[in-house]
Parts: sequence; C-alpha cells; structure tokens
Amino acid sequence: MKRFRRHGQESHRDRIKQELYGFNKTVEHGFPHQPSALVFSPSLQLLAIGTRSGAIKLYGAPGVEFMGLHDENAAVTQVHFLPQQVDLVTLLDDNSLHMWTLRAHQGVSELLEIGRFTLTGPPGAPPSVTRVTAVLTHSSGDLLFLGTEGGHVFVVEVPGFRELEERNISLENVTNSLPEDYGGRRSLEHVESLQENPVNPRQVLIGYGRGMMVIWDLERQSAVKHIPATQQLESVWWTEDGGHVLSSHSDGSYCRWMVAGEGTQSEQEKSEVPYGHFPCKAISKIIQLPTEQGPPFLFLSGGMPRASYGDRHCISVIHSKTHVALDFTSRIIDFFVIRDGPDHTGDPSALVVLVEEELVVIDLQTEGWPVIQTPYLVPLHCSAITCSHHVSAIPLKLWERVLSAGALQNTHYSKKPWPITGGQNLSPDAPQRDLLLTGHEDGTVRFWDASGVCLYPMYKLSTAGVFLTDAEPNDNMNQGTEGEWPPFRKVGCFDPYSDDPRLGVQKIHLCKYSGYLTVAGTAGQILVLELNDEAAEQTVEATVADLLQGQEGFRWKGHTRLEVKEEPVMFPPGFQPFALVQCQPPAVVTALTLHSEWKLVTFGTSHGFGLYDYQQKNTVLVRCTLNPSDQLAMEGPLSRVKSIKKSLRQSFRRIRRSRVSLRKHHVNSAAKVQEANARLEAELAEMELAPVQRKIEARSSDDSFTGLVRTLYFADTFLSDSSHHTPSLWAGTNGGSVLAYQLRLPPVERRAEDPVSAHPAKEIQLMHRAPVVGIVVLDGHGSPLPEPLEVAHDLARSADMQGCHQLLVISEEQFKVFTLPKVSAKMKLKLTAIDGSRVRRVGVAWFGSSRSEDYGESGLTVLTNQGDLHVVSLPGVKLQVQYPCIRREDVSGIASCVFTKHGQGFYLISPSEFERFSLSARCVVEPRSLVEVPSQTPSTTLPRAQPDGPSVAHRNSTRATDDVEGSARRVMEHALLNDETTHDHPTARFIITNLTHGNCQSSLCVCGLTCSFLTAVLQEIQKSLEGYQP
Amino acid sequence: MNKHHRVPSNRTLSSVEVKSKFGAEFRRFSLDRSKPGRFDEFYGLLQHVHRIPNVDLLVGYADVHGDLLPINNNDNYYKAISVASPLLRLFLQRKEEADYSAFGTDSLTRPKKTVLAAVLLRPDANRKKPPVIISLPRDFRPVSSIIDVDILPETHRRVRLYKHGQEKPLGFYIRDGSSVRVTPQGLEKVPGIFISRMVPGGLAESTGLLAVNDEVLEVNGIEVQGKSLDQVTDMMIANSHNLIVTVKPANQRNNIIRSSGGGGGAASGSSGRSSDSGASFYGYFTPGAAIATTPAHIIQNFHPEELESDEDDEDLVIEADGEAVPIPRAASASCSMPSLPRYEPHLNLRSTANGALASSTGSLSTVSTPDRGLEGRSLEEDGTLITL
Repeated sequence: MKRFRRHGQESHRDRIKQELYGFNKTVEHGFPHQPSALVFSPSLQLLAIGTRSGAIKLYGAPGVEFMGLHDENAAVTQVHFLPQQVDLVTLLDDNSLHMWTLRAHQGVSELLEIGRFTLTGPPGAPPSVTRVTAVLTHSSGDLLFLGTEGGHVFVVEVPGFRELEERNISLENVTNSLPEDYGGRRSLEHVESLQENPVNPRQVLIGYGRGMMVIWDLERQSAVKHIPATQQLESVWWTEDGGHVLSSHSDGSYCRWMVAGEGTQSEQEKSEVPYGHFPCKAISKIIQLPTEQGPPFLFLSGGMPRASYGDRHCISVIHSKTHVALDFTSRIIDFFVIRDGPDHTGDPSALVVLVEEELVVIDLQTEGWPVIQTPYLVPLHCSAITCSHHVSAIPLKLWERVLSAGALQNTHYSKKPWPITGGQNLSPDAPQRDLLLTGHEDGTVRFWDASGVCLYPMYKLSTAGVFLTDAEPNDNMNQGTEGEWPPFRKVGCFDPYSDDPRLGVQKIHLCKYSGYLTVAGTAGQILVLELNDEAAEQTVEATVADLLQGQEGFRWKGHTRLEVKEEPVMFPPGFQPFALVQCQPPAVVTALTLHSEWKLVTFGTSHGFGLYDYQQKNTVLVRCTLNPSDQLAMEGPLSRVKSIKKSLRQSFRRIRRSRVSLRKHHVNSAAKVQEANARLEAELAEMELAPVQRKIEARSSDDSFTGLVRTLYFADTFLSDSSHHTPSLWAGTNGGSVLAYQLRLPPVERRAEDPVSAHPAKEIQLMHRAPVVGIVVLDGHGSPLPEPLEVAHDLARSADMQGCHQLLVISEEQFKVFTLPKVSAKMKLKLTAIDGSRVRRVGVAWFGSSRSEDYGESGLTVLTNQGDLHVVSLPGVKLQVQYPCIRREDVSGIASCVFTKHGQGFYLISPSEFERFSLSARCVVEPRSLVEVPSQTPSTTLPRAQPDGPSVAHRNSTRATDDVEGSARRVMEHALLNDETTHDHPTARFIITNLTHGNCQSSLCVCGLTCSFLTAVLQEIQKSLEGYQP
Repeated sequence: MNKHHRVPSNRTLSSVEVKSKFGAEFRRFSLDRSKPGRFDEFYGLLQHVHRIPNVDLLVGYADVHGDLLPINNNDNYYKAISVASPLLRLFLQRKEEADYSAFGTDSLTRPKKTVLAAVLLRPDANRKKPPVIISLPRDFRPVSSIIDVDILPETHRRVRLYKHGQEKPLGFYIRDGSSVRVTPQGLEKVPGIFISRMVPGGLAESTGLLAVNDEVLEVNGIEVQGKSLDQVTDMMIANSHNLIVTVKPANQRNNIIRSSGGGGGAASGSSGRSSDSGASFYGYFTPGAAIATTPAHIIQNFHPEELESDEDDEDLVIEADGEAVPIPRAASASCSMPSLPRYEPHLNLRSTANGALASSTGSLSTVSTPDRGLEGRSLEEDGTLITL
C-alpha cells in the first residue's frame, strides 16, 4: 500500500521536474574560434563564416543567427552562396563539398545540410587532379565551377551535385589554345581563381597559379582571350562593366588588363607595386568598385614591404586622393564590400573585414571612414577573459545609466546603422534586462547586454587608471604621423598582450539596486566603485590589509603590490573608484562579496580574508586562515606557471612575426599542418598511454592551500541564538572549514560615525576537508535569503524570520544542511563519494514552471569537474536532474561557467565564444529568425538528386539528405503528438542542439598546431595547479 | 538506537562508585568523575586496593547492557567512567588464567535493527543470532579487514582500510590499465583501474591485502567501470576515512576458500550482490547479509550505513563566546577532532565483528561527545534517503 502511494508521488514529482527543468544549448555568443572562410550574399543580406572546426555560422540583422556543423572534422576553406537563393556551398579541407539550405519550418528558418559531394577523377589520376582550389557559383544558380590543383575545371550541377562531364574545361584544352610563345609551355599550375564576366554569364575567367589567365566561352567551349601575366597569381577581379580585369600577384604588384576589345591577347594597361621599391609581400585579394560620380574604390589586401612591415595585416583602401592602409590586429581571413542601392549595385557603403580574431566593419560613406560597432561577433577576448559575473533583472534606471555611460565611450564609432540586415528576428523581446560582466587580463571590466540572442557591448570599465604601470597603454597603437608611408591606420580592438598581468580582474560583484560595484584583481587589489553620471577628478584612498596578521616565517615570492597613483585621477562618467584595499601579501583575490545595504565588502585570498567598511573607509576585520606548515601558499604563485605563460606569449609573438603567408598555397600548407597535427596527436596519445598514477591519500590539515578562501557570504540570520537575528559574515576555505562572524552595525543614523565590529561566532571543520565552494542560508520556508536591498525595492519576499533558518554548506564533495543557530548536521547529499565527480561551479537559481505561471522552486545549479550539470533541490538537497554539458577535458570551459539566477548559464567554448545554455524549461533564450527566398528565384523547384547520378558519393548524399529530413519530421510529429507548446519549435531546437553539441566536441581537437599545443599547455597548467589537491 | 547514551546518568554527581571483584574478593571505593586520572594510575590503584601488586590483571566492567567489556587503555577507561550509572562494576582476572570468551555481547535486543530488517524484507535477518565471540583486544587496533567473503566471488576481495585519523598514510597509488573480461562476444579488453604502487610503511602495504597490479573493481560499493582515473581517485579520497575497495588480486593463489556451509549470505546470491551494489545507491540501505556467521575474526560484512554515520558527526563545531579566543564548548569536543588519534579498539572490533551491531559504530565513535552525537544521530536516523 505504502509502496504504491510513494510511487504515485514519484511520478507526480517527475511531472513537476519536466515542467521545471530542461536542458538546451541555445546560442553561441562572441566571435567564432579560428574562422577560416567568409562570404556575403547581397541578395539575402546574410554573412556566412566557416571555421577550422567545421562550423558554419550565418548572421543577418541583429538576432538573426544560424549555425551548422559539418560531420567531418575538417576546416571550412571556402563558402559560397548560390546567387539569388537561400542555399550555400561549403568546401572543406578534406576536399568535400556540402550544400546547405535555410528551410522554413513553422515560420522559423533553420540551417540544414542537404547534400554532400566529392569530385571523383578518372581512375588512376593523382589526387591533385580533383583537389578543389577555386569555386565559382554561376549566376544561373544551378552550376558550380570547380577549379582544381591539377588545373582542370569541373562543372557540377547543383543542388543535386551532378557532374556535367561534357562541359568540363580540361587543362589540355586550355593549353592547346595558348599561343605558341607562352613561356615555353610550362605547366599553368593550379586554378587560382574563377570569375564570371559580370555582363556576360557565358564567359568565365580562369586564373592559373603561374599567372596565365584565360577567358573561356562556355557555349563555344573555347578560349576567347589570354591574359599573359608573368607573376604568380594571387587573385583576380573582373570590373563591373566587364571591360577590365585586375589581377594581383605574389610580388606585391597588381595589373589592370583591358579585355573588352577584339583580339585574343589582352593588353596590360597598368602595372603597379603600390608599396614598391623594396620587395613586397603578396596582394592576396583585389576589389575595384565604381562610384556614382568620381573615381572608383580600390581595395587591396596585403602588399606591404616585406622587410619593414611584413608582419602587418593590412587592407589598403584607395579612393581618389585618399589612401589608407588599415592595419588590423590579426591575420586577414577575407573581406567584402557592401554596396548601396536596391540591387546592391550602388556606391560602396561599408567594408567588412574578417580577421582571425574579430570582425571589423568600416563605414565608407562617412568622412574619415569610422568603424561601425558590430552588434554580434564581438571579440570577447580582445583581452583574455579572466572571470565573469552575471546579474539578472537589472532595474531600468541602472540600465539606462550604464547605457549612457557606454554611449559616451563610443563616440569614435560611426553613427550609421548596422549594414547587414538579412532575415527577420522573430524572437520575443527579452523578459528582463540581464547584464553579463566579464573581467579581463588588462584590468578592464566589460558590460554586456545578455538579455537576448545578441551579446551586445554596453560599457567598458578600466581599472588600470588607478595604478602606476610601467608601460603606458597604447604606446604602439599611436596613429601614424603625417606623411608616413604606408599610411597606416590601426583598426580593431583585439589586444591580447597585457602590459601588467597584475591588473587582471579576478572577481566582480555588482549591486544592481545601488549601482555599487566591486572589482578585485590578481595583485590583491579590491576597488569599490560607484556609478556617477558626471566625470570626476578624485584620489582613490588606498588601505592595506595585512592578511598575515603577524604569522611568522612567510616569504612572499610572488609579484609586488600595484603602486597607486597619488595625484587625483580624472575618471570619465560611469563607474568611478572611490576606495581601494590592497591585500598584503598581494595574492590573487579568490572570493569577493559586496553588501550594499550594510556598505561592507569582504574579500579573501590564499592567506585569509578581510571585511572592509566602504562608508567609513576602514578595515573592520582581518583574519588569517593560513596553516603555518603550508609552504606553497606562503611563497606565492608557482614560478613554473609563470614561465609557461611567458614562453607562450613569446611564441605568440613569434608566430605573429612569421613571414609565411598562410593563406596562399593552402593546399600544401594545410596538408603540412594536418601532418604535424597528426604527429602531435600521436605523441600526445602516447604520453597518455604512459602510466599516469594518482596518489590515494586522505586530506590532512597539512595540505597546501587549505587556508585559501573559496567563498564569502553575508547573511542576516540566527547566528548565536534563536530569538535574535543579526548580520553575519561566513567564509569557507579550501581546507573544508567554515568561519562565521557576527557583525554589529551601528544604527542607520550613526552609520557614518560609529564603528562596525565583527566577532568570531562559529567555526565548522568539515570532516571530509573538501574545499567549501558555497554557503547559503535558507530561511524558515527553506528558500535562500534574498539579496541585499532586494526586499527594500519590493522585488523579493522578505525572508521568513519566524521559522528555523538552515545553513547549507556546499563543498566540492557534498551538499550539507545544518540547523541554525545550533550547528548540527541535518541532511546531506554526497557527490564525490558516489560518482567521483566534484563540484566546480554552483549557483542558486529560481526555476519557474513552464506550465503554470505562478509555480516555481529554488534550486542549486551545479557544474561538476566531469562537465555535467546538476540541479539540486532546496532545501531538501536532492538531486533533480543531470545533463552532460561540457567535455571533461575542457578545463577552461568548466572553469569559465557562470550561472544566472533563472537557470541559464554561460561558458567559454573557445577563448572568444560563450555558449549559452538553459536548465530551465521556462527561461530559454534562443535565436528564432526567418529568412525568405529572394523574389526572383528561378531554380528552387529544380529536382533534387537524380537517382542516375554518376558518383557513389552523390547517391550517399541523397540518402543523408533524406535522413536529416526524416529525422526532423519524426521529431516534429513526436512533438505534436505530445502536445508540446507550439511556439517552442522543437525541431529547430533539436537540430541546433545537436549541432552545437557536436561543435563543442570538435572545437578543440580539430584546430591547428598552435591549438593542440595550447591544449597541452592548458592541461599542464591545470595539472600543476591541481597538484595541491590530489 | 543509541539507548545507552540516553540513559540518564547522574552527571551532577562528582564521584563514581566503584565495586571491584577479584576472585571472591570485593573492594569498594570511589573516583572523582571529573578527574579520573589515567588508566595506568587506575590500574595501579586497583592492584593497590586488592593488594596484588605484581599480578598482571585483565580489567573488565559491566556496561549498562550487562556486557562485559574490557578496560585496558585511557579511552575505554574514560568511557567506563562516563557511563557508570552510578556504580561502576569491575571484574578483575589474572591474565594467565583469563577467560577471553567472557567478553562480548549476547544479550542485546535492538528493536531498531529488527524494524529496519523487516522493512528491507530480509527474512534471514530475523533469525536467531548465534552468539558472537569476541577476542580480547590487546594493544592493537584493526588496520584492515576482508569483508563480504561469503557473497563475493572467490576471485574478488573486498578490503576495508581503517584510517581513523591516524598518522599513517593510506599509502597507495592507482593507475589506468586494461583488463580482459569475458563477455557474450568472447574475451574483450576493457579499461580498468589498477593499484600501481605501495608506499612502504603505509596502511595499504601493512595490511598485506592489497598488492601492486590488483584491479580495483569497486570503491565503497560503487563500481568503477566507466569512470576515469581522476574520478576514482576522488571517490577514494572522499571515502578515505573508511575506505572499502573491492579488488581482483593479481595474485589469485591466496584466495580464501569458503567453507561450504557458510551461513548468512546465501552463496547463490553472491555474484548478484556484488554487481548490484554498484548499480544502485539504494544498496547503501540494504544491510546485506545482516549477520556474519563465520567466526573468523577478520571476516565481516560490509554495511554501508556505517559509512554514512561515521564521518557525519565528526564535523567539528567550535562556538566562540564574546571576544574571547575560540574556546571549545566542552573539553570533550576536542576528543573527536579527527587530527587526534582516537583509540577505541574494543569498540571498533566489536562493531566490525558483528554485522548486526554495525550501525552503532557511528555513535560509538562519538562517545566522547554525547550531546552532539545524540543530536547528529537522531537526525541522521530520520532517513534522508539520498537518491542519486
């Protein structure tokens, strides 16, 4: 009887769980890691980026985003839209071609792979014959021209990928048509470029690697003209009127050829080496566009003098008398120009440049060619992200003040709206305003609007101004002096080289009600900042907190304290520092909490913790948590880690300076990189096979870093007796101890004069000695205490002070509930002892039911070192759900995870990208957008995939297509049968989730040499850091 | 279940009455409860009052349940003093003619246990328990034991290591490796975890029950298959206070040969049990074979609830009053500090030798802090059923 009832309750509980929790990876914010290809569709107004990990991402108007992932773990080398269609073709490193389309389902488009194809050469031919080096999507929309390394051009019908053998343009045919005197009939080499005549779709220009270009008539199957360039060819551009061809070459020259006239040989009209005299690097791409009145725009990428500026990544823009060499922060992947007009044939309006670490858009119609701020693809990693902090439901007032402070910083940006406008964003307005704050290595804190699909930069705060640093920032970013040649202009914000690593931001805490912010850094500095709408000049008062408290025998071998500027500093409107605490020894701040109602800040390092009163600007309490036998904590950061970092930075610089033009001869270099990668991976695998052993030993109080403060918490609770609740401060250490202090605050009217005092009240030493990573006090109803000022702003129910409060201590191994005020164990949930995983990140979240508006539960969101996400109920500490989320090897991803208060979260999938996920069934932020087929679409009804296709690969592709569709349909039917809420679009989510998941798995392993190296180094660092907690 | 703690002992009395019997002679005297002195002083006192200065003695006392328990060190001496209510009855024997079998328990009825057993539908748990004989603890403590011999396959060995806050390190390392399993598809190579190194002088080495290249199959009842080396490391460390590892010894020659009549756990269910325990955490609440019938001293059965109770009450809470330096609330509290070596051999042995008593271990370990122990235990009993 009992059994049955319990069973019934369980199934009821299961239903509630389904309504509360659901796991989705929803959207990737930031800039794709290692982009490798770029293309723009003027008709769709969509931008597509391919990456080295095989991902393809489409962006249109802000909020319109699509993402796909190739099953093959190969880099995307080229992407091409089919003209006037919603289809695109990708070419991968493994020489396979893929067809993608945007298909609408229930009013929302989704990106689907609908076919794949690999060229098959004649039997016995070397692989180079079919190795694709150039792709042309013909304006008819149903033909692909594939130029290969062997010099042939294959013609393929799309979207079915049917080879039209009779139309192929073989190297022999071309060679035979060449005049006798051409260079002793040497090989023409690979097909470097394929261009269609803009005014005559029957003509195609084939540019060969050695320099020879041939204009081929498709109908007559014969050469019309030869362009006998003698330098190695880099790129070709056919001017809009069809009268000229521009070719750029590896010696840094470009030529203009007249092709309109009669005769089989074109004349060279002009040949120029723009940065001449000394040897120059190749011009890898050239574009010339006319303007309504006046001279055309000319865009050249590269071509810098090899010796003096060979390491610059430049695009030169020449218009009339204006000549600017835009100097980018990293390697240029590709660029395109957006043009005005309804048919996108007007004046150039914006130059869009994809470099390895960011996307830069330049407004060509405003004087001075300012940069347009990007609403997406923002380089999160312009300085490496060191920490992040999320604040949900920002009050409108604060939001507007932050926005206006940010607007003042962005005056150098162009006022023009974002020029890429494809698709319709259909996602509903964000229900609330959410802020994501990221701390960076250079001491800045960036504020991002994280409410919706676009992570939009709002405001940037720099803390470096408070301190004296050796190098003045931007000393190498100064604008070129007058008359300098080449006329450089720095663009972009990616700057990963921090001048002083001590400035790095480690912890952030923002009070959304009062606008107080506290930021703590690597050198033990804690700044308290206040939002001020006016600029102010002020001196920041520094207080030193000696955390050692007279402990003997300590020698700090780490970095020194930051020096504070003594004269007043001018702070722009925004968050302005007014108080500074510097820990001694200046170790990394490991925990930080602000209580704006009590006007207190508490901070902890590996040596102890302190409590600072920012109203009276004095230190209330300092407590040393060091174990005297802990040598490591005394000496400071491990020197080994430091040296790894240093050598990393040096090798980065070396790579940056290398003269190798990576883009060119991609065939060979890509193969080389792959080979090297394979070798490295084999070595790594071997290393892994070598017996790694782990010591099994109980933790003891003598372990290293037991005194490191992991968490700090303010609570108004029953600390000493059950009738009076008092303010209290709780600290948890790495050694499994919890220290509680009772705080005495003077009455509000005497707050400025009377001292605040803190008295030790309790100490709990957890038997299992695992690091304490979270402390939460639960009120009489079992809900977590509200945040400071939350109740005062009528935004939360005040805590229940009638019932018994409970203390929840979260260690890396257990969740444990104690009674208060008498601390005795009530219940617990063991994690590590059962499945061997450890808590890495924990947050308190409120989960709303997706079915009923007014039902919700509090819970703990937990990320383990295995990369699994758990939800643990409160106050019962029972495991509710568990989802695998991050690969366990992705140490930096796990470490970067941050939870929101409503069951969402973010983690870094690469240094530059946040993956957003949701554990809540109600609170899901995902892109929902529609892209419509452009009006003139001649060929959307073409029969797909003929069964009599010549190649096996072809037939496979058909099946794959059907499978994708079939599964999508099945999911859809399933969803409908289950009566899921229709606005959810389960299919779309299903597919996106699949793709993102796959991407996450492959993103680290497929990248190039540097990446594998980095991964190894990261693992090494992680190992050495974790050495102290076996 | 901790009835013996709840017996209202007259704590206000400042002295303990002692009635000591040696042969046919009785002596009565009293001790200051707050200052009982050390065991060796007490031993001298006994020799003195009985006027047997050079006779080696075995000292035993009757506890509240009527069990005869030994006094041979400070810990059990203090324990005896603290539970005397109000009379402490002592029985002295000459060492050379001591009857070891007199020590032990036979009169226990623990309602808690039967309820639990009934709930868990273990019919054999209700059977009459045969008397258990406990050897006399001397100056040793258990460092390890082989458990669950009756339910494990002969090729496996389940070893329990007693860390108990002592200084000696556990002292072994584990590594990744591969082992061969028999599957329906034939032999298959699967990854496994192996012991890679023993620290000389460590606990693991001193037991002789674990050896290099032994394959680790389970940690405290959880199968390790499919878990990474780091996960297994973390599991072992998390359980280090009472670590139970099931291994497949590399050297299969020293296996214990089971007697055919082995009672308690039915031999037929043996292999089932060993795989079950890993599959479900509920296994923790199954008392398993509740009684160890084998009289061998090192053989016992593993009762997961012991683990549950063991560590919990040992979280040390220090309350600070006023501005003073943190003072332990009661002097006794510090006795449970894990860093101090606890020395309660008879208690441990008793609990480990008799499966039915296993659940009392938790409270016994906190004997010195009865208040906290009581609270912790009673809350623990409410059965926070952990679902994982």
